[in-house]
Amino acid sequence: MKFSFRKTLVAGAVAAGLLATGYAAAQEQFIGLPSYRVGPYAAGGSGIYGGWIDYMQLINQRDGGINGVKLTWEECETEYNNARGVECYERLKTKGAAGNAMFQPLSTGITYSVLEKVAQDRIPMVTIGYGRTDAADGRVFPWVFPMITTYWSQASAIVNYIGSKEGGTDKLKGKKIGLLYHDSAYGKESHAIMDKLAAKHGFSVEKIAVAHPGNEQQSQWLQIRQMRPDYVVLWGWGVMNPTALRTAARTGFPREKIVGVWWAGAEEDTVPAGDAAKGYTAAVFNVAGANYPVVKEIQQHVYAKNLGNMEDKSRVGSVYYNRGVVHGIIAVEAIRIAQDKFGKGKPLSGEQVRWGFENLKIDTKRLAALGAEGFMPELNVTCSDHEGAGVVKFQQWDGAKWNVVSDWIAGDRELVRGMIEESAAAYAKEKGITPRDCSKEG
Amino acid sequence: MTFFFEVLIGGLLSGVLYALVALGFVLIYKASGVFNFAQGAMVFFAALTFVGFTEVLPRWFGLESGSSVVFWLAFVLALASMIVLGIATEKIVLRPLVNQPAITLFMATIGLTFFVEGLAQGFWGATVRGLDLGIGDEPIMWILDDFNMIISKFDITAAGIALVLFVVLALMFQYTRVGRALRAVADDHQAALSVGIPLKHIWAIVWGVAGFVALVAGLIWGARSGVQFALTFTALKALPVLILGGFTSVPGAILGGLIIGASEKLAEVYIGPFVGGGIESWFPYILAMLFLLVRPEGLFGEKHIDRV
Repeated sequence: MKFSFRKTLVAGAVAAGLLATGYAAAQEQFIGLPSYRVGPYAAGGSGIYGGWIDYMQLINQRDGGINGVKLTWEECETEYNNARGVECYERLKTKGAAGNAMFQPLSTGITYSVLEKVAQDRIPMVTIGYGRTDAADGRVFPWVFPMITTYWSQASAIVNYIGSKEGGTDKLKGKKIGLLYHDSAYGKESHAIMDKLAAKHGFSVEKIAVAHPGNEQQSQWLQIRQMRPDYVVLWGWGVMNPTALRTAARTGFPREKIVGVWWAGAEEDTVPAGDAAKGYTAAVFNVAGANYPVVKEIQQHVYAKNLGNMEDKSRVGSVYYNRGVVHGIIAVEAIRIAQDKFGKGKPLSGEQVRWGFENLKIDTKRLAALGAEGFMPELNVTCSDHEGAGVVKFQQWDGAKWNVVSDWIAGDRELVRGMIEESAAAYAKEKGITPRDCSKEG
Repeated sequence: MTFFFEVLIGGLLSGVLYALVALGFVLIYKASGVFNFAQGAMVFFAALTFVGFTEVLPRWFGLESGSSVVFWLAFVLALASMIVLGIATEKIVLRPLVNQPAITLFMATIGLTFFVEGLAQGFWGATVRGLDLGIGDEPIMWILDDFNMIISKFDITAAGIALVLFVVLALMFQYTRVGRALRAVADDHQAALSVGIPLKHIWAIVWGVAGFVALVAGLIWGARSGVQFALTFTALKALPVLILGGFTSVPGAILGGLIIGASEKLAEVYIGPFVGGGIESWFPYILAMLFLLVRPEGLFGEKHIDRV
């Protein structure tokens, strides 16, 4: 057999190239992003995934990755559709040198659709501010992380906030709270906890459903006018929120007495309502603003190099954008912690990253180092507690921007945790799951 | 009783706005027999294009943001865009499908819906925008003072605009040359062609007019709750109106709108609490379905007679 010098040279170059590519791939951590940038929920999706990608880009540009491991990602458009979400999950799960490190669908529907798949495929699913509340019980749901604050903690924190406005939760006795909710599983998530809180504090809850999409609320607000509640909790989504604020203004209900949830607390909810939104308050687990050091760093290292993901740069620092940055921070910190255990400078499997999530601790000192002090709450995730914080801040709309009007406010931890454990235990029984013994987890 | 009338009047005013969206469907169905599933997407496209132009015109030409010059320029440009979209739809989507079964044309408009939605968001972005038409959304004080009823200035003005549009279109259909041609085409394509009515031009005009109606509907609905994807859902409100009023009748669309608007609001308030609330989304469909059992062609729809 005879090889020419040229052929040998070419073969050698190809082999070297392949090796180099393999080496490069080995130094990359892949994160699949099941995003939605078109369709009804595109405003939220483009902001959150935009912020998240920008944060990962910051880590790559400023730090050269996590301990030298560059972050790579690929988006898969779900349009917030469950079937597409499952398709994206399947498409993304084997990509990258070590497979997809995590799955964050930003959709409760998709979360439910892949709940059992993630456990089979050993890929952690992180659902920050949505998804299945009882998944906060990590003993039953080891692969799911409904982090920062669940809907139930949020409802409880809202009641505590209203209590603080009245001079203490003991002053809530005899008060009437209207619960204007999106008539869906998401909206009804509020019912059980509000009933329990009402029974505990002695206030009454008037539940008023708004049919999807909620762009007509005349009859609901006329009913509210008849009921004369002291406060209205707005558990809305999408077009329902600005419509609620406009109709409240029209029927003379003071916006200062409306408290929204975090899916009703973005610029997208208030800007379309115009002046009618002035004075409205909403709960958030990340605040708005471009003056936080982490956002400034993104401007400096990402947008200054024209690498930013947001087409509309004025949205940098908005509530949804900053929520995406929070997603990025949590993902990066989990990988960093997992690298400390499983080896720095190499990509990790989903199972290893899951360990990172379960041992995620971001205290005030770390938040300051990340440039995110006050931007998001401290986190302390454990084997049994996949929520990790359970607190929210409140922001008030002044007609042009959100202003923070409270410190981090916790919910009724004992009550909420009891409900979570009860619901998780019922799920475990139904599915034949034996809850983990967290004392044996390393 | 005051509360009952308050709900009823609010419902009637909302109904006029449903009728406005339904009108776009009626126009196209009347002239071409096509049920344009994309009408909701056209409402969204029109409103987003208008708002998009109000944003870029001040940057491009140094005009004062929010001025009436910008408003009217944006209106004209959005209208031109709608006409171009309408003509392009007729030429590219519908003309090649002439003489195909109605279901084929219907399916084509479903495809068109996705295209128009994507085109709008792709071109102008997915950001939710506010839209201020300068009409205060506040109660009329003398009605509030004298009758303790909340009737919104905005709703009254919007209903007024919609009614003017209905009257203009009705007059156009009845008394102009183009209107007569439209009615002829609606009656019988072949017969209209045989007497020299240019079918293609007529269809282009109808799609253009439907685009204009979509723009007016988009501005009013956009001013109510923001210019966002949810505008496409306004079509869902128009469907029961069409079933009730008939697919080919402008007065039917108005009456259907009024009945649907009033009944859904009254049902929400008086029946809703007994069935868990949130019935506004499905109640109009139940009502329309019941109506279909009695009068399948709708209130003013043409009776379908088959020769056996």
